[in-house]
Amino acid sequence: MSFSKFGKIGYVSETKVADFVKHLEKGKIMATRCRKCGQLYFPPRADCPNDLSTDMTWEELSGRCRLLTYTTAHFAPTGFQKDLPYTLALARCEEGVNVYARLNKDINKNETRIGVDLKLTSLRLPDGRITYEFKKA
Amino acid sequence: MKVTIVGVGQTPFNRNCGVSIRELCFEAFKDALEDLNLTPKEIDASIICSAPEYDRQRSPAGLIAEYLGLNPQPTFLAESICSSSSTGVKVAYSFIKSGLHDIVAVIGFQKMSEISSAEVQERMGRGADIQWESPFGPMMPAGYAMCARAHMQKYGTTEEQLAKVKVKSGKYSLLNPKAMYRRAVTLEECLKARVIASPLKMFDCCANADGASCMILASEEKARKITDTPVSVVGIGAASDTQSTTGRANLTGLNCAIEAGKQAYKMAHITPKDVDVAEVHDCFSIAEIMAYENLGFCKPGKGGKLIEESQTYIGGRIPVNIDGGLLSKGHPIGATGGSQIRTIVLQLQGRAGKTQVDGAEVGLVHNIGGVGLYGNVTILKR
Ligand SMILES: [Zn+2]
Repeated sequence: MSFSKFGKIGYVSETKVADFVKHLEKGKIMATRCRKCGQLYFPPRADCPNDLSTDMTWEELSGRCRLLTYTTAHFAPTGFQKDLPYTLALARCEEGVNVYARLNKDINKNETRIGVDLKLTSLRLPDGRITYEFKKA
Repeated sequence: MKVTIVGVGQTPFNRNCGVSIRELCFEAFKDALEDLNLTPKEIDASIICSAPEYDRQRSPAGLIAEYLGLNPQPTFLAESICSSSSTGVKVAYSFIKSGLHDIVAVIGFQKMSEISSAEVQERMGRGADIQWESPFGPMMPAGYAMCARAHMQKYGTTEEQLAKVKVKSGKYSLLNPKAMYRRAVTLEECLKARVIASPLKMFDCCANADGASCMILASEEKARKITDTPVSVVGIGAASDTQSTTGRANLTGLNCAIEAGKQAYKMAHITPKDVDVAEVHDCFSIAEIMAYENLGFCKPGKGGKLIEESQTYIGGRIPVNIDGGLLSKGHPIGATGGSQIRTIVLQLQGRAGKTQVDGAEVGLVHNIGGVGLYGNVTILKR
């Protein structure tokens, strides 16, 4: 399956980790782990730079994470303007990897602060595309 | 054998330059060659610096070299987005140091008005990791805004301190005839301005511009015949960080700048205290505050306090961006590093006019590509 369904706008259609989208369709957010050195990767990678191994295995993230930093954007790249304003966030998962995604609009401004617990979940967009976002824990 | 900068030039930076890229580069080239005992034919090679995604012309190095009379000498394009011309200087240095060439021209340019602002916005979005981050709609201000938010949380840096970077920039912009915005701004204006990407507001952000810059580098021996006031390149540092936000180990500083700074200080055999005047990459107000810390002008977390105490004004501990910086000059991507180096060269030659720092002997240039993606630090000495 192609990767091109991923995200509000997709820029990459072919990748060795295209199965990520297949898992995402089932509500699972997957990382990859190198079988050789044991390193966990998110975003998932097909290739490990530590040992040049391509022997990777999929591993589901729990979705439990903590907000590291964020910004509410009032200007957007071409194609994203209709979503404005939206909050971009970086969070640390309990597995130790970082995730970059938007915050769900239900989280209000007062609740948005560095250190707050979040839940990473898959999100079906109205046009049938698929992505993930942070929700209230 | 020392490598020197013998000439520097720059066009005014502005919104719609009204000329073609070749003509823009010619203007900066001519400005650099003024008062030098040097003709284009004596230049051994040229390095053209731009971020080609903003150019209409494919492979612009060929066109620029032709228009400047630099054929048949070798030419090529150097790119590290906003730090392209610092990268060009690094390569020119290596050419001269190796003996491959004696005199090299580094010409940086960008004509941001050449493509529509929708096209610019589209390209900005693709500056992030296009597979995993661009699909969420990030852009440059959002990246630095995330650093600002983290810096405020960790160190208590305030929006007022961020605004004070722009207040300084505005003050010095009045003394730079080549700056795009030549206007003093008040703290209140900065704080009331519309939000671009929270906590960054309009005056925390630089604007795209059209412009070109040029530096002529030469071996010490050749330099003697070209000018009486060569400036030596004594330290060069360059480093990279992850393109992805998820890969960053440091959210309150730029590791590529810290690393590039360390390399440059080591090569120049100096410490941050020895720097008399500096140009740092203030594409956003927070970027200047992080630069103070990353370059060792103050301790990590004390950047906000440094600007609050006016220590980076002329007369302070370390004058920074006293040409107005990117925040007032504007940011013609490929030309920006060359403009920063020009400012420092003029300072070290004693030609900086009303912004001259008395007795300036050592100057530093910090030029960053992307959101802390490419770090470049250059140290110059009189
Ligand atoms: Zn491995």
